[in-house]
Amino acid sequence: MNLELFLLLGSSLLAIGLYGALSQQSVVMLMMGLELMFNGLVVAAAAFWYYVAPVAEGQVLIVVLMVVMAVEMAVGFAVVTAIFRARDVDMTDMAADLRE
Amino acid sequence: MLTAVLFWLFGVSAVVFGFLVFRLDSMARVTFALLASFVFVACEVLLLGLSYLGVVIVLMMVMEMVIMAVFMIMYMMNPAGLMPMAMYHNKPGAMSVSLGTFAVLATGTFLVDWPESRGSRPSDTTKSLGESLMGPQMLTMMVLGLVLFATIVATVVLATNRGRYDRFGDDLRARPDDPVPGGVRR
Amino acid sequence: MTEGTGWAVLVLPLALTAFALLALAADAVVEVRVAHARRSVAAAAADPWREVARLLVGQRRTTVAADGVLWRSGVVTVPLAALLAALVLPLGGFAAADPGVGIVWFNAMEILGWAALWTAGWGPNSPLSLIGGYRFVAQGMCYELPHMFALITAATGAGTLRVGGIVDAQAELWFVVWMPVGFVVYLISAAAMAFWGPFDAPLGRDLSGGVVAELSGVDRLVLLTGRWLLVVVAAGMAVPLFLGGGRGPLLPAWLWTLVKTALVLTFLLWSRRRFPTVRMERFTEVSWLVLLPLTILQALIVALVVLV
Repeated sequence: MNLELFLLLGSSLLAIGLYGALSQQSVVMLMMGLELMFNGLVVAAAAFWYYVAPVAEGQVLIVVLMVVMAVEMAVGFAVVTAIFRARDVDMTDMAADLRE
Repeated sequence: MLTAVLFWLFGVSAVVFGFLVFRLDSMARVTFALLASFVFVACEVLLLGLSYLGVVIVLMMVMEMVIMAVFMIMYMMNPAGLMPMAMYHNKPGAMSVSLGTFAVLATGTFLVDWPESRGSRPSDTTKSLGESLMGPQMLTMMVLGLVLFATIVATVVLATNRGRYDRFGDDLRARPDDPVPGGVRR
Repeated sequence: MTEGTGWAVLVLPLALTAFALLALAADAVVEVRVAHARRSVAAAAADPWREVARLLVGQRRTTVAADGVLWRSGVVTVPLAALLAALVLPLGGFAAADPGVGIVWFNAMEILGWAALWTAGWGPNSPLSLIGGYRFVAQGMCYELPHMFALITAATGAGTLRVGGIVDAQAELWFVVWMPVGFVVYLISAAAMAFWGPFDAPLGRDLSGGVVAELSGVDRLVLLTGRWLLVVVAAGMAVPLFLGGGRGPLLPAWLWTLVKTALVLTFLLWSRRRFPTVRMERFTEVSWLVLLPLTILQALIVALVVLV
């Protein structure tokens, strides 16, 4: 058990989440990918706190990450709800106005 | 020895359940696979001695994932996975980007010469976190509070479809026309 | 506070189940008395045991296209959540574990009940069960915030998240005396947490059982046992949080803990018979517009008292 192993764990969670966020069509599934990426960041932050700099600021970083996750989910669902009400869609491809 | 075994157990489980999130068909199972991944990560955090943060991750993620399940069922086609269907776009591209990211991060992990640990770990991590948040990191805490408050307002504005005039009509002093009455009997 | 070793973890489930069975028997006796049935008290007290035996030998029902994995894991998680939460429950000067974050642990473990009840409702692929599961999520959104503030108030008063520390802080004055709002809100949320008493809509009769509608045999026994364990643990936690732990004259600490737990449990049993089931939308408004401001005010007062 050392820093590298924890970082590998974090990287694999982040990579899986990234794959989901890029490949999923549904906005809700895309958000699951984002959450998984944050999950990887939490592991990495905790490992850095333990192995590199055991200062309180490292813990504060995890608190910030958790708030970011909560905000991401709340805003994400609110946007899905709004877009579903407006156009009856919940897929990213159907809400790509800026691309067209 | 025990911690090493636990590390591998939790770590592999977290990755496997994270992978299952994009493999399972049933949206309910997907949500709870993600929850399992979070809980195993919380176990890793506990293993590192951050007891408060580990337990709070469990607390928050259970609530969050139960709410998430409600939304998943609400918006996804085929919520129970009884008719398997694929909803992907650009799968090879996404796979190569994510594998590339992992390769870069893994290489970096082993190439970077990580510094030695500075300072000693506090005996009471919860206390050190609390003193930091209420002391030098007070500004962070206040900004987080404001962000959360702004989120509450923004999400309610985005998600509600019945504004003030839908509820009250022309006369804002009248009794609201709500489909279900509340318990305070205003 | 002495922390237990391995054997405490083994004894804890047995002790809690025994306590729950006693309460169950007492409840069955009251049931007979209330109904003015012509049966002896002994026969009534044996009712729960008969029911347990019936469920043990009964066949498990399955439904079409059920999600077995989530269904069973949800059912098992209900007693598991209660037992995990009970780890920090002190009995006199003794607890199976007394971690520095005891209060947060208790809170996190009882929230496992949210996931448990929702998946138990989702699993059988039955609308009545699913509605029951959704009702509990709605109920959770109502009771959880006032509940957290009640816990935080006790922790603020003691200046620690350790359950043992909270007991020690009540040496002079029980918290119930100067945090009455926190105590009352804790009792309400304890009933709601165990989907108990007036908050039993998730298992409501109008849903022909709600979450347990499709459960039979051992599954039903496990979930209903879990519910009794939850209510016992919730009642037991009120003692170290607000009722001074094992403090009291004459009797030893562990006996006082049991007596106080029994009193709180009696109140919960009484309130289940006294009040009709509360509907979700009504409780939501009451909880967010009345209970939440009150608990915040209580926490503020306690914080001021501690600071000054």
